[in-house]
Amino acid sequence: MSLFRTSNSLALLTLALLAWNCTSKENKSLELAPNDQISYNFHIRPILSDKCFACHGPDANKREADLRLDTEEGAFASLKDSPGKFALVSGNLEESEVYHRITSEDTGELMPPPESNLVLTESEINLIKEWIKQGAKYEPHWAFSKAEKPALPPSNEWTKNEIDLFTYQKIISQGLEPNPVAKPHELIKRVSLDLTGLPPSPEVLDKYGDFSGPNSYEDLVDGLMSDPAFGEKLAVLWMDISRYSDSYGYQDDNIRTQWPYRDWVIHAFNENMPYDQFLTWQLAGDLLPDANKEQILATAFNRNHKYTEEGGVIDEEYRIEYVLDKTNTFSKGILGITMECAQCHDHKYDPFSQKEYYEMFAFFNNTPEKGYEGDVSVSKPAKTPILWMDQEDLSGVMSFINYQDTSKLSVSVMGELDEGEKRITYILDRGVYDAPTVPVEASTPAAILELPKNMEGNRLGLAKWTTSRENPLTARVFVNLMWQEIFGTGIVKSAGDFGMQGDLPSHPELLDWLAVDFMENGWDIKRLLKQIVTSATYQQSAAINKDHLAIDPANVYLARAPRLRLSAENIQDLVLASSGLLHKELGGPSVKPYQPEGVWEAATSGRGVLATYVQDTGKSLYRRGLYNFIKLTVPPPKAIIFDSSNRDQCEVGRGRTNTPLQALLMLNDPMVLEASRVLATRLDSEIKDDSEVIKTAFKRILCRDMNSEEEEILESYFEDQLDRFEANPEQIKPTLEVGEYPIEKSEKTARTAALMQVIVSLYNLEETITKI
Amino acid sequence: MEKEILEQGLNLNRRKFLSRLSLGVGSVALGSLLIPDLFKGGSPDEDAIMAALPHFAPKAKRVIYLFQNGAPSQLESFDYKPLLNKNMGQELPESIRGGQRLTGMTAGQTSFPLVGSYFKFNQYGESRAWISEIFPHTASVVDDICIVKSMHTEAINHDPALTFFQTGAQVGNRPSMGSWLSYGLGSENSNLPAFCVLLSRGKGNGQGVYSKLWSNGFLDATHQGVQFSNSEDPVLYLKDPNSMSRDERRKMLDQIASMNDLSYREFNDPQISAKVQQYEMAFRMQTAVPEMTDVSKEPDSIIKMYGPDCLVPGTYAANCLLARKLSESGVRFVQLYHQGWDQHGDLPDQMAMQAKDVDQASAALISDLKQRGLLDETLVIWGGEFGRTNYCQGKILPHNYGRDHHPRAFSIWMAGGGVKSGMVYGETDEFGYNIAENPVHVHDFQATMLHLMGIDHERLTYKHLGRRYRLTDVSGKVIKDLIA
Repeated sequence: MSLFRTSNSLALLTLALLAWNCTSKENKSLELAPNDQISYNFHIRPILSDKCFACHGPDANKREADLRLDTEEGAFASLKDSPGKFALVSGNLEESEVYHRITSEDTGELMPPPESNLVLTESEINLIKEWIKQGAKYEPHWAFSKAEKPALPPSNEWTKNEIDLFTYQKIISQGLEPNPVAKPHELIKRVSLDLTGLPPSPEVLDKYGDFSGPNSYEDLVDGLMSDPAFGEKLAVLWMDISRYSDSYGYQDDNIRTQWPYRDWVIHAFNENMPYDQFLTWQLAGDLLPDANKEQILATAFNRNHKYTEEGGVIDEEYRIEYVLDKTNTFSKGILGITMECAQCHDHKYDPFSQKEYYEMFAFFNNTPEKGYEGDVSVSKPAKTPILWMDQEDLSGVMSFINYQDTSKLSVSVMGELDEGEKRITYILDRGVYDAPTVPVEASTPAAILELPKNMEGNRLGLAKWTTSRENPLTARVFVNLMWQEIFGTGIVKSAGDFGMQGDLPSHPELLDWLAVDFMENGWDIKRLLKQIVTSATYQQSAAINKDHLAIDPANVYLARAPRLRLSAENIQDLVLASSGLLHKELGGPSVKPYQPEGVWEAATSGRGVLATYVQDTGKSLYRRGLYNFIKLTVPPPKAIIFDSSNRDQCEVGRGRTNTPLQALLMLNDPMVLEASRVLATRLDSEIKDDSEVIKTAFKRILCRDMNSEEEEILESYFEDQLDRFEANPEQIKPTLEVGEYPIEKSEKTARTAALMQVIVSLYNLEETITKI
Repeated sequence: MEKEILEQGLNLNRRKFLSRLSLGVGSVALGSLLIPDLFKGGSPDEDAIMAALPHFAPKAKRVIYLFQNGAPSQLESFDYKPLLNKNMGQELPESIRGGQRLTGMTAGQTSFPLVGSYFKFNQYGESRAWISEIFPHTASVVDDICIVKSMHTEAINHDPALTFFQTGAQVGNRPSMGSWLSYGLGSENSNLPAFCVLLSRGKGNGQGVYSKLWSNGFLDATHQGVQFSNSEDPVLYLKDPNSMSRDERRKMLDQIASMNDLSYREFNDPQISAKVQQYEMAFRMQTAVPEMTDVSKEPDSIIKMYGPDCLVPGTYAANCLLARKLSESGVRFVQLYHQGWDQHGDLPDQMAMQAKDVDQASAALISDLKQRGLLDETLVIWGGEFGRTNYCQGKILPHNYGRDHHPRAFSIWMAGGGVKSGMVYGETDEFGYNIAENPVHVHDFQATMLHLMGIDHERLTYKHLGRRYRLTDVSGKVIKDLIA
């Protein structure tokens, strides 16, 4: 048997797909035709995992009746409580105890027991019944089997690249048709937002207006990918994953300096660093032979979590807490598994034991890190181990760090204890720091992939394991994250859980094809994104028709492009860019833009330099949203209102809610008002024709030409506002005087004020902050 | 065509609505801020959970939680321990400490001298409950409250302990209890958030609060606590810009709505109409919230009851009055935090000041709710995140001493909302160090609170990343003896 497990479970998955398609939870009931093939992976495991594994699964300590249903051996073994009887007998309902217990009318017999508050639905019971009849075949969990490239489905006129071959099949199988291609201006806005997080300028819109001649769509895509804004866009996701913040968290929540790590992430994305290298440096840059400072800086990934400065804490309790956070961030953000469940006990659903959790933990347990380095009165911008960078570094290998000061720069990074000093890692009973039980060695979960003997038992070995072609998760998880970044939802919806309880992939073959292709082509992130955005699937219109709503309201099958509200950061970017206020500067210390008064002050302990919010001035007010200062205990309220992560822990996705607080923000935020005023002032002086001035504002903000109905509404509103300000000139000044951007006395005209109101309305349109 | 599409969307939505509505008014599981995403469609699992609510007839409809942040000492408030005065300065017997871990604050101490309360205690009301002299107003409503002297927790530092109380777990990004209730029960007022947060600070040694304490965690962001501030913008971005009249605002919104409508005609995306509705609710909130925060119409008798501080925005007293108004208007969960209760030293002075800040208004809130006939359906809770040690931190001086954190036993009080009134529940040993009878774990407290709201704490769950989470994590039992 080879060291690395392989499986052809994809073939089984494929077989199951037909059945799956007609039993989709999204819109149809689980009625089965007599000849449907039941798949363990697709039909049965989700039921067993959700309703049975908690008591009959991997957790040996909580296992009832010594029966486990998560393994074939366990399920077919003679029952301990009733020797000679069996939970499952292949093809034999009558002798399968499982069937009797899930259909029993005796509440003492019934499974799941009523007190569990879990109930099997009739269709679930039917599925289990059919599955037993068909032989009760188990399959390895799809996500833990090595990904192989499936055969490509046939192409047709609509398909542009491999992605479309897979999606087309799904679209058709649902009785849908692909949407027509989006209008050029829609595509230009969409792809600009997706690749740079910035809206296209009117000039770009005009240049690529019909994608003719040399100004092709592909040319636009290439241009956007070489724009430094590309790295900034992607960095937002990675900041969520690496739970980046500018303060230490906990009660005093003092300032720290991790932003050079953020600058490195932007740099790495812009340089198109291969994803395997990107991960290796972050996990183990310090352990690479002759590691340079850039490689060490990347390991700050592991140090972005919270640090306590509460006087009186127990050092070891918090040191353990930090190692737990590193372990959980690695498992969730990079492997897409909920390993933290095994911190206190064997995992309830996935085949990870508590021992395996601490074997993983052991990789991160040998950094000379401390649990406590003193309280807030002696707080420093970085904690042991520290990377120091001087002017020589910053003008050399680290020149991507935007640092305008001459003092040395310090960042919390990883280091490894010397051989003789290494800590022994123990399993911690119930996850409690002072309850060590059995010593363990660093290793990786066998169910995913055993750590090969020739790999080091340290973070470098872990990095090699993670980026190995045999690792079933890393590439799938990242490809899925990129898909989610573009389409709003991953092929696996639960981007942070590829385990038994996670969502099944909507397009399993596509996911595997993309993952393998990604690895075969050097883990090339820009190439992957280009594949996605040049697909026909991506280029469809977002218009919704009746069939879409009836058959696929959630757009799982992608017979249309999604309409997605922008992230908090990109809403800020759009407002600033379209008004001309955006200050394009890459990286540097985080900035403190306008924030309502008293937000920090109301919640502070009063200690540390972040007790009061000292707003920046000048160009720092007009930076991209990515650079907003994040104080952990009071994250930027605007970002939170628009569903961003509070950075308390690793997150791999954001919600997209729609609330009145968002409406209030867009209507009354000084940033939006100031941007509107500045754009109004500029346009007022440049364009004298009223109709033309509205048209120009509209195009800058909506990224398209206004139609006649819109023109009518806006012009009439403009005239109304003009009348208002002409009749009430005393309202002009207070209306225009918002924000710190200078305004000349001569600019305070009724026309500017009226135009400003039109522009505020434009920023408040649903379409403006939506990717269409 | 467009009409059909809209109908289709509404029907999908209505089905979900009806399945919830059929269980009676009050069971509609919608955050007040939520015009639900028409097509989000909860999992069948979630729908079933929602359909089952409430699990039994609720005794309380709303909660006001007066959180005393920093951990007020039980030994100077509700847990009368004359032995500590008698044995002042003597060592805490090792048999009593029983291996309890210490924080780093006192771990270095070689001596753990017992220290008695600086303040005198008296018995009050029919329950003859002992209450310290610095809480005279609370003493005056003692027969309306239930003092629980046997609370215990698992955490020993502020952040984890607070987080544990509010979310049921010491670490992690879980929903706050207010978010759970917003998720489970929704709001009774469509113009106000279901979960409101009010902050104030006393002069005592303070510990910060953290917005994660009122975070929705993995629940929909519509369930996050909305922080009210004492600035001219009581809710962030509520106030219209200078020179913008209500009429002008209305005009702008109408214009935005007609533009959005054009967009809807092109894309047929129900999100667009949902957005229009959110703007309408924002408009209504702009009227509803200032009406809430304006106390100028309150009669003198009310001002007198809460004390003059209630006219100073941002004080604890003002927040108590605001809490009453919000709650009266149907806000499901009003969460106050009053900071400044971390008396590691200088306890007598600081504790007296802190008590002065909160005593009158807390009692007034009880009386006020009672006179309005609302106390029966409003659960009021007063307490901190843990207790304080019976031994001194540092040296005992004649008028000065301090107490370290103590998770093993502490006191809170509850009132109204179906809680037995005029009762003292639980008892500590004569050293005030360990619980002698009827322990109440934080999860028990949470389970009981949910029970009073008509919720079985084991059945209000939310599935996130493969696991069903609940406020009480994996434990907790309803303390039936607390329920009237």
